[in-house]
Parts: sequence; structure tokens; C-alpha cells
Amino acid sequence: MATIAPAVPSPSLHERLQRIWETPPGLFGILGTVDHKTIGKRYLVTAFTFMLAGGLEAAIMRAQLAGPNERLLTPEAYNQLFSMHGITMIFLYASPILSGFSNYIWPLMLGSRDMAFPRLNALSYWLFLFSGLFIYSSFLVGQAPDRGWFAYAPLTEGPFSPGLHMDFYALGLLFLTVSTTVGAINFIVTLFKLRAPGMSINRLPIFIWGTLTTSFAVLFAMPSLTAACVMLYFDRRFGMHFFDAAAGGHPLLWQHLFWIFGHPWVYVVVLPAMGIMSDMIPTFCRRPLAGYTFVALATVSTGILGFGVWVHHMFATGLPDLSTDFFSAASMVITIPSAVAVFAWLATIWHGRPVLRTPFLFAAGFIVLFVIGGVSGVATAAVPFDRQLTDTYFVVAHLHYVLVGINVFPVIAGFYYWLPKMTGRMLNERLGRWNFWTMFLGFNLGFFPMHIAGLLGMPRRIYTYPAGLGWGTVNLVTTIGSYVFAVGVLLFLINVLWSLLRGPAAGPNPWDAPTLEWATSSPPPPYNFEVLPSVGSRHPLWEGRLPDEGTARSVLDRGPELGDGRETLGVTPLDAEPSEILTMPEDSLYPFLLALSLLVTFYGLLTSIWALAVAGAVLVIAMTIGWLWPGDVPEEA
Amino acid sequence: MATAVARRLPVGRAGKGATGWWGMMLLIVTEASLFAYLLFSYFYLGSMARGAWPPSGPPELRLALPNTVILLLSSAAMWWAESGVRRGRQGRLRLGLLLTLVLGIVFLAIQVVEYSNKQFTPATDAYGSLFFTITGFHGAHVAVGLLMIAVVAVRAWLGHFSERRHLAVTNVSWYWHFVDVVWLAVFTSLYLSPRFL
Repeated sequence: MATIAPAVPSPSLHERLQRIWETPPGLFGILGTVDHKTIGKRYLVTAFTFMLAGGLEAAIMRAQLAGPNERLLTPEAYNQLFSMHGITMIFLYASPILSGFSNYIWPLMLGSRDMAFPRLNALSYWLFLFSGLFIYSSFLVGQAPDRGWFAYAPLTEGPFSPGLHMDFYALGLLFLTVSTTVGAINFIVTLFKLRAPGMSINRLPIFIWGTLTTSFAVLFAMPSLTAACVMLYFDRRFGMHFFDAAAGGHPLLWQHLFWIFGHPWVYVVVLPAMGIMSDMIPTFCRRPLAGYTFVALATVSTGILGFGVWVHHMFATGLPDLSTDFFSAASMVITIPSAVAVFAWLATIWHGRPVLRTPFLFAAGFIVLFVIGGVSGVATAAVPFDRQLTDTYFVVAHLHYVLVGINVFPVIAGFYYWLPKMTGRMLNERLGRWNFWTMFLGFNLGFFPMHIAGLLGMPRRIYTYPAGLGWGTVNLVTTIGSYVFAVGVLLFLINVLWSLLRGPAAGPNPWDAPTLEWATSSPPPPYNFEVLPSVGSRHPLWEGRLPDEGTARSVLDRGPELGDGRETLGVTPLDAEPSEILTMPEDSLYPFLLALSLLVTFYGLLTSIWALAVAGAVLVIAMTIGWLWPGDVPEEA
Repeated sequence: MATAVARRLPVGRAGKGATGWWGMMLLIVTEASLFAYLLFSYFYLGSMARGAWPPSGPPELRLALPNTVILLLSSAAMWWAESGVRRGRQGRLRLGLLLTLVLGIVFLAIQVVEYSNKQFTPATDAYGSLFFTITGFHGAHVAVGLLMIAVVAVRAWLGHFSERRHLAVTNVSWYWHFVDVVWLAVFTSLYLSPRFL
């Protein structure tokens, strides 16, 4: 047992905590750090870089499609580009970028000093980086995945897809699932145990609800992709027959497994982003979120319903009517929680006093795109309509409205909102407006015509089209619009650069926002909070100025210092009553080395050099044992 | 509120409710889902099969049934070891871990014998692919479990555990019981269900 007495911040306490928590400079610090803020920033930069790569792939494709009969790309090159564009955006950008925000923001928002498992956090980053590099290394041998990001069998089976293309796909995604799973477990346990005292579940920011729901979805959905990729690899490499109809397998098994994973994954890449919006809109409307409880419940129920709609990706495969009808109905039901969230945002804006800063512009743009993408989603949930439009550009338009609208716009909003917290410097407001309008207009100019191209019958994934089908104009407009959108992304990067070089100082709370991450300095010190805060409401930093608030008050300037070592507070899962002091791990090279060993294993599996695979596996075991072997654990419990 | 006044709190936790314990629970949840999807694939392809399922008749129980009993006994041994350390009994912990280890190795050895008796391979047909992949995945989980038990056993001999500090033992025992429960699901699906369905 240890007694924790409340303390107040002081220079000597700051120095003591700094010594305990600071990562030493040098190679060890770079490879060994377990600071969630560093890891979060790495996630953000890496995922954004992958997004730029995926964007470049798209830009080349749009040049090819700008007019009929273009010959810029061979069909083979085009196949690799659209496959890698999808894989990159869906797997290497959309989810990891949100993990980046969550990693950085969670402990600050929850009033803790780190995540529950800081070393696992480092591991999940290294695994993400290495699996991304593994997939991209396919370009070096000219054999990038080329059968689309959902890789339908039997087109991916050995006889129809020679070369390493789809082995990179199967193994690369398998590698990435480890990272995502480890990350999800970390978020859930962090939420259960590492919150500020008093932050009961009815006081959690919606962003936390979003990432929490997502993390549970990952635990239940990811194994389906794991199973599918293992089977694909086994079929291709060892002549097994999971998807081979001639020997008792079934190509639809792949589709079922892929979409049982794939549809929950859609919510994985949007729910945290919607959470970012639900927390940000109130800040810029100067009032709490309307219908907090409903939005929290809508978030969780979307995550759960997301498991019951996968067959709407398979309406055109000849499944029985009873089955398609059921999934059509389920897909329509899921619009209800989405609508609840939209009306909660609208009500918040309606009853608030909106401050039209850049993050709010992106939030407003997000709501518009969400509604358009939602409507085309309901349309394709209707079986007859979907059978007409499946595999056309209408679907491409829909999924881009959803993923760009509900992921990219909130992400850029999130950068404008939280980058001042991370760097201590504001972004340029004027450039921000240009940034928003270029992206918003460019996106709509580029992607709205895709609906029309789809209705005109243009199939997706064709590398070119003949003249005289009436597709030329819409495609030219799409290409122009997507390039305007790309200029918008470039403006964002320029703004970030401007901010880093000459942005004005942000101060702890530049937006006068209500949540805990704004209670510490910008950028926060390595230990986050000098004394650990306790929480009395949903808006710790707005207390005393809201009507109808309770009498409970947060305490931010006085609390446990836990300055005897790397320590933070553990609480009970539901009520957030303090229950124990958690000893946190030091920086360590094991996460990096473990991820590196796994990379060796995967290259062994890719090349069929089994000795390499075994050597990698032995190293993985050795690193795990070294990692878990106790150092100088205090004997007292 | 709560922490604005002085109070006494334990440093870390011994078993259930610790962060590490929660981590293990969630790992089990996601691993259980993996086996659920593998068994879904088995039943899906079975329901789509045109000829007999399994093509060569239900797998024999001559080795698998005793092997199931052996694995269940190993779970009992693990429980005995874990409940021992919770009472601070080092001898019981060490003996129980050793017993679990031996029973687990016997299980894997019998599995290898059964594999070599099979008339088909993973590449024969989809059933062969399913049979070897599902039992192989389970076997791999047994092997990982044995590795964990071996490490914990070494630590038990080094005296790392006490009635207050034994999270590693608790976690490994949960994992081991999970691997056993998965086997019951695999056994019921692959060995028993073709006899009823």
C-alpha cells in the first residue's frame, strides 16, 4: 500500500517528473520510446504519408481516365494502381490516422499519464510501419497487389494470379491485423483502468466512445480477415482448396469472410472521426453537445449493427431472396443511429453561437458530405437498385463520399483543432479557409459526377473506355475536380509547414474547449499532468458557466503527484473510483526488435525461404520472453 | 473529489482486474472469434458440399477421444497449480505446472500420430484444407500455451511468485483453459457433428 496525498504543482515537482518520464535523446530514445504522444505523432505522420502515396496513385489513374482511349498506363499497371490505392487508403491511412489521434489524445483527454500498455503501444506502431513498408516493397519487385482491395476469389487463386502480387496482399494484411488488434486491446484496457477519478462512463467525450466502439469491433471483426488471408495464402502457396469450387471449396466463402470483417471496418474508420466531430462542434458552438446520451448510444449501436449488414456487399452474387431482404432491411435500420448523430450536430449548431474558424468549416463540410454519402448508401441498400449499380462508378462515388466525407474531413478538422496542442503553434486561419474551400469544392466537383458516370453504366476498375459512350465529359470533370482536391491537401501541408515555422503560440487552451487535454500546456510535458486531475462533469473546463449543471466540480490544480517513479492512477472500470497505483514501464527496445523479427518472418513466408521464417519466429519468441521477463519488480503488492 | 483528499491505495494488483489480466481477457475474446470464423468456414463449406461430408466419413474417435480427456486433465492440473499459488503453496504450483506441461506435450504427440494416420492431406480437397488448418491452428495455440507454461514454470522455480504476486500464472492459466475450451468446440464440430448432422 502507498498513501497518496494531494499535492499542488511546483518547480521541484516538475523537475522530478521530467527526470522520470523524459525519453533520453539518441538512437535508444528514438527506437525505444514508449511515450504515447511521440507514438501518436508517428502514427499521424506515417498514415498521412501513406495517404499522399495513395493520392498519387489516384492522381495517375485520373490522368489515364481523363479522356477516352488514353494510353498512359498499361492495364496491368492500372490494376496495381487501383488495388494499391484502395489498400493504402482503407488499411494504411483511414484507420491508422485515427489511431494516431487516439494515441495522442486519449491519455490527455482521460487525465492519465500514458496508455495502459505503453510498450504494446510502441509495438503496434512499429508493426503498422513495417507491414505498410512490407506491402509497398511489392513495387520494388514490380509485383504490387493487382486484384483489388477486396481481392475476390477465384481471381486471386494461384492459377489465375501468378507471381507474388496477392501474396504481398495476404501476408501484408495478416501482418497489419496484429498491429490493429494490439492497438484495440490497449485502447479498451486504457478506458477501463486509466481514467481520471470521477470520469464515469456518462462523462466520457464522444471521441472516446467512438474509439472504444471501434476497438471492440476490431476484436470481433479482424479475425475474419485473418482467417481469410491465411486461407488465401494456404490456397496459393500450398495448393489448398478453400476457395476452389472444383475441390469442394467455394469462392463465396472469401466474400463472406472478407465482408464480415469489411463492413464493421467501415465503422472502424468512421466512428472515431464522428466522435472527433461530436466533441469539436460543441467547442465552436459554445454549448454542450445536444443529446449526449443519444449520440453515445448511437455510436455503440452503429458499431453493433455494423456486424449485421455485410451481405449488402453481395447482393449481386445470387444469394436467396430471403437472405438479401434481411440484410437490406438491416442496412436501412443502421441509418437510424447515423441520423440521430446528424440531428444532434444540427441541434447543437442551431442552439449554439457558431464561431466560424477553420475546424468548424471542416465540421460543417463533413455534415454535408455525410448526408450525401448516407443517402447514396441507403439507395444501394435497396436490393434492386444495388443490382443495377453494383460494380459501377455509382458505388465508387458513394464510398468516396463516405470515406472522404466522414474520415478525411474530420481528420483535417482534427489537425486544425489539435495540432496547436501537439506543436504549441496555431495554423494560419486565412490559409485554412482557402484550404477548406479548395478541398470541399474540389471534392464535390470531382466525385459528384461519378454518380452520373455510374448511372450511365460506367463500370469501376476499367483502365480505359472507348469514345462515344458519353462518359468523356464526366470523367474529365472528375479528373479536374480531384486535382483541385489534391491542391487543397497541398495547401494543408503548406499550412502545417507555416505553423511549424512561424505559427503564433497557442497557449494551453486556444479554443476555450471543455475537455481535459486543454488543461495542460501545449505541447504537453512528457508526464502530461503534474498533478492528476479528478473530474466532476462532462465539461471540466467549462464548469461554472453552464446553465443546468450539477454541483459536482472537477479539481485540476490539486491531486496526486505520484512522483516516486513512473506511476499513474488505476480506477474501477464503470465509476472511475481510484483503485490502485499503476507502475508504468520504462522505454524499451523490445517492441521495435519484436516487430523487426516479425518482419523477417513475413519475408520468409513470402519467399518460401522457410529457414528465414523459422529464424524470425524464434527471434519473436526470444524477444517476447525478454520483454516479459520481470526487471526489478517491487515485491509489495 | 476522490483524489483531492489523501487516501491509501495498493501498488499494482495480483490477479483479476489488473491491467494485464484485462489484456489477456481481450486477447482471448479476439482469439475465440478467430476460431468461430474458422468453424463458420467449416460449416459453410459443409453445407455447400455436393457429395458426402466429410468426404471420407467422420474422423475416427479412437485417438481423439482419449486425447480430449488428456487435455481436460491438463486444465485440471493448471487449475490446481494456480489455486495453489493463490494460497502461497510453491510446491503445488511447480508440480501442477510440470504436470500441465507433460499432459500438453502428450496431447500434441498424439495429434502428430493422428495426422500421420490420415488418408488425406491439406491439398486433397477443401475438407482436408479445413481439417488440417483448424486442428493445426489449435495445435499452434497449444504449442504457444506450452511455451508460456514453460517460462512460467522456470519463473516458479526461481521463486518469482507469491500469494500476492502471480499475475503471470493467472494469465497463463486463463489462456490454457481457453485453449481447452476451443478444443471442445473443434472436437464437437469436426469429430462429433458429422455423426449427428
